[in-house]
Amino acid sequence: MNAMDIEAAPAAADAPRIGGVLMEMRNITLRFGGVKAITDISFDIREGEIRAIIGPNGAGKSSMLNVISGFYVPQEGEVWFKGKRRPQMKPYEVAQQGIARTFQNIALFEGMSVLDNIMTGRLTLMKTGLWSQALWWGRAQAEEVEHRAKVEKIIDFLEIQHIRKTPVGRLPYGLKKRVELARALATEPKLLLLDEPMAGMNVEEKEDMCRFILDTNDEFGTTICLIEHDMGVVMDLSDRVVVMDYGKKIGDGTPDEVRSNQAVIEAYLGVQHD
Amino acid sequence: MLPDQLLFAMEVTLNGLMAGVMYALVALGFVLIFKASGIFNYAQGVLALFAALTLVGLQNGQIPFAHLINATFGTKLHHFGWTLPSVVAIALTALVMVGLAYLIERLVLKHLVNQEPIILFMATIGLAYFLEGLGDVMWGADIKKLDVGLPQGISESIESVTDAWFGYGFFIDKLDVVAALVAAALVAALTLFSQYTKYGRALRAVADDHQAALSVGISLRFVWVLVWSIAGFVALIAGIMWGTKSGVQFSLSLIALKALPVLMLGGFTSIPGAIVGGLIIGMGEKLFEFFAGPLIGGATENWFAYVLALLFLVFRPQGLFGERIIERV
Repeated sequence: MNAMDIEAAPAAADAPRIGGVLMEMRNITLRFGGVKAITDISFDIREGEIRAIIGPNGAGKSSMLNVISGFYVPQEGEVWFKGKRRPQMKPYEVAQQGIARTFQNIALFEGMSVLDNIMTGRLTLMKTGLWSQALWWGRAQAEEVEHRAKVEKIIDFLEIQHIRKTPVGRLPYGLKKRVELARALATEPKLLLLDEPMAGMNVEEKEDMCRFILDTNDEFGTTICLIEHDMGVVMDLSDRVVVMDYGKKIGDGTPDEVRSNQAVIEAYLGVQHD
Repeated sequence: MLPDQLLFAMEVTLNGLMAGVMYALVALGFVLIFKASGIFNYAQGVLALFAALTLVGLQNGQIPFAHLINATFGTKLHHFGWTLPSVVAIALTALVMVGLAYLIERLVLKHLVNQEPIILFMATIGLAYFLEGLGDVMWGADIKKLDVGLPQGISESIESVTDAWFGYGFFIDKLDVVAALVAAALVAALTLFSQYTKYGRALRAVADDHQAALSVGISLRFVWVLVWSIAGFVALIAGIMWGTKSGVQFSLSLIALKALPVLMLGGFTSIPGAIVGGLIIGMGEKLFEFFAGPLIGGATENWFAYVLALLFLVFRPQGLFGERIIERV
C-alpha cells in the first residue's frame, strides 16, 4: 500500500513536491432532477499539490467534492484515479481507496470522545477479523496498540492533546473542525478533500488551520483538494485553482493566472475598479 | 428474627428482580438496534419467538413447513426422526438468526436508507407480523415444550440456606438465577465488544452519523447485518429463557410489549439502562401487587409497568440512562 506513513521523514528536498496526475475528472455532469449542478467539467489533481476549488455560493463546488468522494454519482463523465478509470463506487469504498474528506457542516461522532472519533479513521486499516476482535485475542490487542500510537502522533501534530478524552459534542466549533481533520488524516489518505475547512472561524483559528493544512501537505506529502471562500487564504495556500460559476468551469490555473483571468474577475471577484 | 411480613416482602422483591431480568433480556435487543440504527424494532419480541420456535423445531427434528407440504401434496410428513443435542441446535439456530439478519438487511433495510425513523418503525411492524406468520407456517402454532437442559424448579439450596438464616425459606426458581447470570454475562460481553473492538467502534460510529461513517470507509450494510445478527442472538437467548419458563407459544411475542416500559425507564440508548429498567419494573410490579394489590382488587401486574413508564415520561423523558435531550436554539 502506498498510503502515507505517518512516521515518514519529510520528502527529500531535491525531489519535486508535485508529481504526476493523481485524480482526473473528465467531462463531469451532475443533475438533480432538472437542475444541473455541474456541467461538463474537467480538471485534474496532481500528486502532492494543494488544489483549490473556488466559486460563488451555489456554483457546484460541494457537489464536485461529493462526486470525487462518491457521495454523488454523476450522470455523465468519468473519474480517473491513479491512472485507472474508477467504476461506480459507494462512498465507503471510495474512502477505502484512500480518499478522505471533511464536511462543510462537520460530520463527527458527537457522542464519542475525540480519541474514539480519530480511531474510527483507522478502522479500515485494521486487519484482524471479527472473531479475533470479538474475543480479543492477541493480535487484535497488539493491533489496537499499534493504531493507537499512530493516532497519538496525529493528535500531537494537530495540537489537540488536551481534549483527547472530551466528547466531541462539547467542543467549540473551531476544535471540531480540527478533530474532523484529524480523523481524515488517521485514514492515511492519498487524497484529502476539505470542504470549507475554515468556514465560520475567527482569524486566529483560520491561521492555525492554514498552518495545519500546509504542514500536512509538507510533512506527509498528502495531496489536498479544498473548497474555500476566503480568497486570501486560497491564494496563499494553493498551487492551482479551479474556478466554478453556475456549475461551469470558468478558470483553471495558478493563483496568479486565476487572479488575472477576466471571466473570473467578473463572475467571482466583482468588476475591477481602477 | 425478622418479622414474617418483611421476609415475605424480601422474597417478593427477589422474585421481582428475577422477573425483571427476563424483561431486560428482551429490552436489550431493542436497545442494540435502536443505538446502532435509530430504529425502534417492533419485531424484537417476535424475533425471540421465532428463535425459540426454530430452536425447538431443530432440536426435535421437526420438518419445517410440514403442514403446508402435507396440505399441498397429501403427504403425512412431520418429523425427520432425530433429536439434536441442545448445543448443536442452539448453534444452528444462531446461524439461522444471522441468515435472517442478512435477509432483513437485503430485503427491507437496504431499500429504506435515509428514510424517516417512522418509516423504518413501520417496516419493523410489518416484519413482526410477517415473522409471526412465517413461524406459524414453518413450525406450527401449538405450544411446545423447550428443554435445553437448563436447571428448573425451586432451588432447594437457596431455600435451606435462607431457612437456616431467617427461619424462613425463600422460593427462588433456579431458571431465574440462570437467567440473571446469563444476562450479566451478556451485558458484560456486549459492553466490551462495543467499547474495545473495531467492530464495536464501527457500530457506534454508524449509530452516531451515517455520513461521517461512510467517509471513513465503514460499510453501513455490514454494520446493519452485524447489529441485527447480534440482536437476533440476544433474541435467541431471550427466547430460550422465556420458552423454558412458559413454553414456546405465540403469546411470547407479547412480552415485547413489556419491554416498552422497561425502555422508557432505562432509556432507549443505554444497555445498563435496559437492565436497570427491567429490574425496577420487575421488582416494582411484584411489590405493588403484594402491597397494593389486595386493596384495589389485584391484577395490578398487567398495568403497573405502563403507569410507571407514563410517570417517567412526564418527569424524565429520556429515561434514567438515556442521552440528555438538548435542543440547540
